Amino acid sequence: MFDRRLLTHFDWVLLLTVMTVAGIGILNLYSATSIWTGSGPPIYLKQTYWLGIGLTIALGVSSVDYRHLEYCGFFLYGLTLCLLLAVLLVGKTSMGATRWLDLGLFNLQPSEIMKIVIIITLARYFSQKGNVRGYSLRQLFVPFALLGVPAVLIMKQPDLGTAMMVIFIGGTLSLFAGLRRTTLAVLAVLGSSAAGGGWFLLRPYQKQRILTFLNPEHDPLGAGYHIIQSKIAVGSGGFWGSGFMQGTQSQLSFLPERHTDFAFSVFAEEWGFTGSLILLGLYLFLIIWGIYIARRASDMFGMMLALGVTAMIFWHIVVNLGMVIGLLPVVGVPLPLFSYGGTSMVTTMIGTGLLLNISMRRFMF
Amino acid sequence: MSLNGGWEDNPGLKKRFLLLSLAVVLIFLLLVLRLWYLQIISADRYRELSEKNRIRYIPVAAPRGPIYDRNGEILVDNRPSFIISVLRQEVEDKDALLARLAEILGEDPAELEKRWQSGSRFPRYRPFPLAEDVSRESLEVIQENSVNLPGVLTEVRPLRSYPHGELGAHLFGYLGEITQKELQSKQFSSDYRPGDFVGKRGLEKLLERYLRGIEGERLLEVDVKGQELRILKTQEPQPGNKVFLTIDRKLQAAAEAAFGEEAGAAVVMDVKTGAVLALTSRPAFDPALFARGISGKEWIDLLQNPRHPLQDKTIQGQYPPGSTFKMVTALAALKAGAAYPSTTVDCGGALSHGNRKFRCWKRGGHGRVDLKRALKESCDVWFYKVSLDLGIDRIAAMARALGLGIPLGFPLEGEKTGLVPDRQWKQQRHGTRWYDGETVIASIGQGYVLTTPLQLAVMTAGIANDGIVPRPQVISRIEDLAGNILEEMQPEILNDAQLNPSDLQVVKRGMEAVVNEPGGTAYKSRLDEIRIAGKTGTSQVVKLKDDHAPKREIAYRFRDHALFVGYAPAQAPEIAVAVLLEHGGSGGSNAAPVAQKIFASYFDVPIPVHAPPSSPMPEPSPLSPESFPPTSTDAVNSPPGGEGGPAQPGAASAMTGTAPLIEPSTPAPHPPSSPPVADDRSLPPGGEEIVPEAEGD
Repeated sequence: MFDRRLLTHFDWVLLLTVMTVAGIGILNLYSATSIWTGSGPPIYLKQTYWLGIGLTIALGVSSVDYRHLEYCGFFLYGLTLCLLLAVLLVGKTSMGATRWLDLGLFNLQPSEIMKIVIIITLARYFSQKGNVRGYSLRQLFVPFALLGVPAVLIMKQPDLGTAMMVIFIGGTLSLFAGLRRTTLAVLAVLGSSAAGGGWFLLRPYQKQRILTFLNPEHDPLGAGYHIIQSKIAVGSGGFWGSGFMQGTQSQLSFLPERHTDFAFSVFAEEWGFTGSLILLGLYLFLIIWGIYIARRASDMFGMMLALGVTAMIFWHIVVNLGMVIGLLPVVGVPLPLFSYGGTSMVTTMIGTGLLLNISMRRFMF
Repeated sequence: MSLNGGWEDNPGLKKRFLLLSLAVVLIFLLLVLRLWYLQIISADRYRELSEKNRIRYIPVAAPRGPIYDRNGEILVDNRPSFIISVLRQEVEDKDALLARLAEILGEDPAELEKRWQSGSRFPRYRPFPLAEDVSRESLEVIQENSVNLPGVLTEVRPLRSYPHGELGAHLFGYLGEITQKELQSKQFSSDYRPGDFVGKRGLEKLLERYLRGIEGERLLEVDVKGQELRILKTQEPQPGNKVFLTIDRKLQAAAEAAFGEEAGAAVVMDVKTGAVLALTSRPAFDPALFARGISGKEWIDLLQNPRHPLQDKTIQGQYPPGSTFKMVTALAALKAGAAYPSTTVDCGGALSHGNRKFRCWKRGGHGRVDLKRALKESCDVWFYKVSLDLGIDRIAAMARALGLGIPLGFPLEGEKTGLVPDRQWKQQRHGTRWYDGETVIASIGQGYVLTTPLQLAVMTAGIANDGIVPRPQVISRIEDLAGNILEEMQPEILNDAQLNPSDLQVVKRGMEAVVNEPGGTAYKSRLDEIRIAGKTGTSQVVKLKDDHAPKREIAYRFRDHALFVGYAPAQAPEIAVAVLLEHGGSGGSNAAPVAQKIFASYFDVPIPVHAPPSSPMPEPSPLSPESFPPTSTDAVNSPPGGEGGPAQPGAASAMTGTAPLIEPSTPAPHPPSSPPVADDRSLPPGGEEIVPEAEGD
């Protein structure tokens, strides 16, 4: 049933913002990888292809009423959980982690799908079990179980970054659904003690990252190298930056992963504080706009869905930038729309599609 | 489904949205604060760090794996070479720099400019070579002037070295710079970069993944002047693996020396295991030329040399085997019952069949010969006669059973399979039926038959090893640095020819007689301490009308090939040898002595000086001067259709036309008055024996 209102209410602001950020990202990748001499198409071109694919997916996702998702939410959840289990059993191992299912044509990363699916699942749960007085600890058992099982499975891969993202997204949604004061207090105590206990569950390299974060100069050539070099890159950018394709840090390849997780360092070096402010402004606008969409959603499910997607994008931005500028330990989390990578692009664009979807159906019941 | 109004009534929601937005803004503010701290407050400090932070990334080439012979003697090694390279990121005035360097190195500035251009495809931070393998003097001058030469680095890089010069050049192959096409191929895609050297031929190519090693790298922090401040990271290169060959360096050297200036190929094989002890192809090239980068002119010279120094004749050269093929015909005939050891043929110098006349190499004929004598004196007519009853298909089956005309699975690239013709092949290839005349000439290894020297060695080893034909192998084992064995050769059987022991016995006795009995075609190449069994062959390249022209008057490329195959010791064979002299004259006088030297080297025995012509000549009768022209298969009728010498069909047709009776080159005894010698081509003065050098063939 095509409704003309869908077009009139199409959220051009959101789409334009997303495309602008992605465009800046591609420009930045062009600079970051300009000196590479590899075979195959250059990175920035590949990222452009991914953006095209992502855009198609986003428009596809936005065209089917999101309310259908409410009914198949748990089915999707079960399916993705099975995929996560399959990864642990028959997954493809690369660089010490088993994250992918080899589907022949491409490698599927179920933990990425889980980011979206957990949003749908919890949105459905919280929207159906509306609770004016706030959730008690016991009432939270089900959503926490829904959240905990995939998080543990992802942690086992091990993929700390994604597991953390899933927990952050779920946490944000739970918090927003409303907690009782006592619940909040208990959770805070539990959380901090769990953080202490969790230390012993971390793998050595993960501990190393956290230690390094606390004192990067301690190991300047090993694990601290990334952080130090990234900080030098960002800092040396100064107010105006060194100019497009002129960043010595990035161009001289001291920066590791400069096309993926550390893409922002390149940008900050070449465009300086001004450029960084503009980019951050765009990201902030995107997040606030996401919240705005949630605020205006036509139903509870749509609201929670929009909030979840916004939370996902938000946490990626904050954790990535926090890492790049030395506020947080090095965790492999990409900067949405900016870091090179098809997986991240597709996940972000599915989220964008959902936001568009909710936004343009805000007057429809 | 809850409706909009449903939750808007929730008083907490409005507050929560407000709080949420506030939290987001606050966190972003935190990020901005941090950026402000980094980019505004500490900008100068970080900029200084960044300035200082001139890091050089220096790749450290891994020494390629060494190659050893079977006794652990080094055959291919690495030596340090000095390289002048340049880091574009640190060069400010390119032209001035190149001019200064050109002066120091004594090179043309334009040449340096060219290399600079080709180096600009490298990243700016990656040094690329401007001059390779420079002298120590130039190096010192550059180091002294390093202040005036910003961005210029001197590096030591391992370069392939060949302590034994040309030895084994074809086997080892050579390196060359990786091409764009190779870079894009799957094999090289991962860790190769432009400018890398990779194996292009031979073992260097075959074993690339074992030999290459893993490049190391150094990250140096340098100041603005390029002075090293500290080493940030050192990753030592990991040298390539060690390769041990089955080759015996001493024997290989002896084989190559035995050729002198002649072109050709020799293969020495362990008859039991198939291990190749020597594999030589002459003329060779100097692999060191390739190691330092061959010049255009040197390359053209190699390519245009009429004796094809780049070709590995042991596996890529295909030659008519001539009389060395007679064992195949004999074994096939015995197996099929088409002949018996006692079968005698009256050789009157030719066999008439149909309206054609097939000549024996010996004009006057051998008289009555049995199988043993037919082998010993290489009587063609015995084989002509027998082959007519035998038929080509049974000859072909035996040839293939012994490794001729089939791929041997030798690891080196470019192995040719040779050609063993049969009826089916003729029908498919030429669309015509097989003629008896073709069987006749095939029986003495002429006509369509082509073999590689390696195949001949395999055949000989198969006969020596009682019909169990070993697969030839040349890589003994590959070890990593710690001495762990990565690959090890296991002897393999190519085929069991299922030869009857009594048949073998006869053929082997014939081969022994060739070398050890007076009148044998290689009698003068015997050794005193070790009994060699063998067979000579002289194969026709093209049929010449004038078979009396002295060798020197025959164009080089039309001269006969000389062959010898043999094994020793005759009673308990250890090694098989195949020798081919390209356009080298006759098997008995030219190829057998080469093999003799190889056998002598392997068994470490002296080469006897045999008495001159006065030595007992048991068969004086055939030695009358006019019967003497030792030659190739004399007078072979052109098969119908005029398909003659296959080696050079173009030349053959040019020379032969349709003349039915063309005879191969043979020098006249010369000077005529001197004692008849086998032929005048190769005998050293005074050293000859009067043996019908028959090789008839």
